[in-house]
Amino acid sequence: MNKERYKQLTDKIVPKENKVKNAITAFLVGGLVGLLGQIIVFVLENNFDVAHKDATSIMIVILIFIASLCTALGFFDNLVSKAKAGLIVPITGFAHAMTSSMIDYKKEGLITGIGSNAFKLTGSVILYGVVSAYIFGTIRYVFFGG
Amino acid sequence: MIFLYSFLFCGLVCLIGQIILDNTNFTPGHVTGLFVVIGAFLDSFGLYDKFIKWFGAGTLVPITSFGHSLIHGALNAAEDKGLLGLLAGMFSLTSVGIVAAIVFGFILTMLFKAKD
Repeated sequence: MNKERYKQLTDKIVPKENKVKNAITAFLVGGLVGLLGQIIVFVLENNFDVAHKDATSIMIVILIFIASLCTALGFFDNLVSKAKAGLIVPITGFAHAMTSSMIDYKKEGLITGIGSNAFKLTGSVILYGVVSAYIFGTIRYVFFGG
Repeated sequence: MIFLYSFLFCGLVCLIGQIILDNTNFTPGHVTGLFVVIGAFLDSFGLYDKFIKWFGAGTLVPITSFGHSLIHGALNAAEDKGLLGLLAGMFSLTSVGIVAAIVFGFILTMLFKAKD
């Protein structure tokens, strides 16, 4: 079977993903996560007298904990495959990627499994974040004085 | 109103991410990496700080704020220590998120098994 024929056949069988529906789901789910973040900050500031800076940090910790726990319990993957970018782009995606790469390689041991694979997916975020922040920061500091 | 703005901002960032995912052959890793770089870029003009002021905590939730916090911490430290501060302060604001993700991830990995 040549390649074109193969592609025609698979195109027929593989269900087409509805891009509009995906986009709306991502918008709604992502928006709800952002709204949840704002609600947590609001409650912490007004009901627990936490300073604004600390409240945002605690909010990040809470979201990361929820995402890590849901990943460890095993149902976050299902949610991600439904909501897609709505859960991947917020900080929940970062926690999900970290926890799932650790838990997937757990059976290979503490060092060669968990240790060396912990940053397998999140490594790119940290690497390119740091490199780009360093370059942009240097440019701004040298040319515009910080 | 700030709740609505948070919803709209975070939703819009996720919407852009989903459009990129659907129309290119980028993986989620590409998208998150790209968004971090965009966040760092936007903050090099101080633009992201204005987003935070206008739209509330919803701007701190998407991964773009990770890039923003990296460069923000670096520039804050650079005011005191010069170029060395860029290296010293890089993680000063993001360490909360990174350490929380590592520690919770590790503890939960110890407690739970992978589901097949």
